[in-house]
Amino acid sequence: MSSPALVRHPEDSMPAIAEAGPAPGTVPPATPPSFGTVALRWYRLNRGGLRAIAIGIMSLLAFLLVWHLLTTYRVVFFVRFTNVPSPLAVYASFTKAIHDPKFLLHIVLSCRRIVFGFSLAAIVGVPLGLIMGRFKLVHEIVFPVAEVLRPIPAIAWVPMAIMLWPTNEQSIVFITFLGAFFPILINTLHGMSLVDPVLVRAAQCLGARERSIFREVYFPASLPHIFTGLTVGMGVAWVSLIAAEMISGQYGIGYFTWEAYSLVQYPDIALGMIAIGVLGLGSSLLIRGAGQLVMPWRLK
Amino acid sequence: MSEIVTKAPQGHIEVRNFSLSYDSIEGPVAAVTDTQIHVNPGEFVSIVGPSGCGKSTLLNAVAGFLKPTTGIVTVDGERVNGPSAERGMVFQQYSLFPWKTVRENVEFGLKMRGMPRSQRERAARTLLGLAGLDAFEKHYPEKLSGGMKQRVGIVRALATGPKVLLLDEPFGALDAQTRVIMQQILTNMWQRLKISVLFVTHDIDEAIFLSDRVYCMTARPGSIKAEIPIPLERPRQQSMMMSSEFLALRRGLMSLIREESLKAMGGEINDMGMQGLNIELHGHSLADVI
Repeated sequence: MSSPALVRHPEDSMPAIAEAGPAPGTVPPATPPSFGTVALRWYRLNRGGLRAIAIGIMSLLAFLLVWHLLTTYRVVFFVRFTNVPSPLAVYASFTKAIHDPKFLLHIVLSCRRIVFGFSLAAIVGVPLGLIMGRFKLVHEIVFPVAEVLRPIPAIAWVPMAIMLWPTNEQSIVFITFLGAFFPILINTLHGMSLVDPVLVRAAQCLGARERSIFREVYFPASLPHIFTGLTVGMGVAWVSLIAAEMISGQYGIGYFTWEAYSLVQYPDIALGMIAIGVLGLGSSLLIRGAGQLVMPWRLK
Repeated sequence: MSEIVTKAPQGHIEVRNFSLSYDSIEGPVAAVTDTQIHVNPGEFVSIVGPSGCGKSTLLNAVAGFLKPTTGIVTVDGERVNGPSAERGMVFQQYSLFPWKTVRENVEFGLKMRGMPRSQRERAARTLLGLAGLDAFEKHYPEKLSGGMKQRVGIVRALATGPKVLLLDEPFGALDAQTRVIMQQILTNMWQRLKISVLFVTHDIDEAIFLSDRVYCMTARPGSIKAEIPIPLERPRQQSMMMSSEFLALRRGLMSLIREESLKAMGGEINDMGMQGLNIELHGHSLADVI
């Protein structure tokens, strides 16, 4: 079977080498691929992503179109679109608002509250979760209290927060903190409970002591779950913030949205909502980016 | 590296009157009873036995992860009180740190010892070079094949220059071809470093091929059923596995294990093979009989 192939092979290749020797300019591997082939390859490799982007854009455009049609024809079909602002009206109020320092102040203040409330929640929640996961006694003491307080929605804390804190600003930050705190704590704790004990053993028989094991094993092993907690916590932080602002705020994008309703500025309602959506999306993207930065081993 | 190689022979493991039992609602359950084993400095010793016989329990006690209920474990006369870098361990599940690169994994023990970064980087590179892994130093373990992961695991355990190397079914998860290569690599490293090795496996061929001596354990509660010296000459070649000497050892060990496996499974003891080979038990040398 194989012998004819073996015999034929040198016969075929010999003349090829003989020809290639004198002929100038026949060096196929050195030729750089043309721009066209590179572009085609790039397209083939990224076809899935491009498709998702194209469909995503079309779907957003379709959403806007449906919104536009529903509002221009003032459709009433169970839900009433009579007073709903059209996308164009919202766009008009948007162009006005970005030149309005007051609108920007609303956004800046909301972001500041998120930064304070969320950072506090992370600064307290992550270490507490790590310590609870490592030391049984702390877990046994803290966990029951956390479990009782956890199901209380942040919005139910509003009256209590107003009583607890001297200023409105502090109580809003407190409510934002509470919203983010429990998801962060619970997920950190979950991450700690899933740390592979064999990795701890491996570290121990390489000479690692308690502190090093905490820093080199427990913490990095829990990081994926910590970041899940941070992402969920960020979402709940926004929910809590907007609720708190609507009830007790004087500034902030939640207050802006509620005020627009009170002042019959209907396009501003939608503008406020969209701003909240964009800010929420932006902040979760930031956390995801930070996660990829901190956990390079998770990159595919 | 040279410091590790030229070290005076040490790593004498001694396990005496050892037993270990777990508490349960019905009272203590014995995992290992009345066990004596030892590993001489520079010796390669394997423990084989049916699954669940407590061979890993015994190894974990030598590592210092488990405390014996009775008896004592010493290394070079010092009592084992907990895990330490003096006893390197290699696990079946590789147990590399996924968040560390290959080199960082190898560096870990040196880092724990407080070695400066540049020095431990150099040491890790040298070791990875010896294991043929230099091209992968910046990879994360997830990207490696099973055989490469375990090579990193072995190199990591050896990086701190331990007195003894403990391996808990290290090649159990590898395919047959990779396993053979890994056995060869382990043998090379062992001969180079003159380190004592205690190797737990359920693979009889592996135990015979690698070891100077093999302990065979009984079914749960485990104890030593037989101690078998492996007089095969070194360096050992793959072809030796077909020699009559090897096959005789294999047959003997096989029947010992089968009997215990049947016991472990609650079946009737099949002592046909035992009678045929006329093997005497506990402490008696099987090779002498054969």
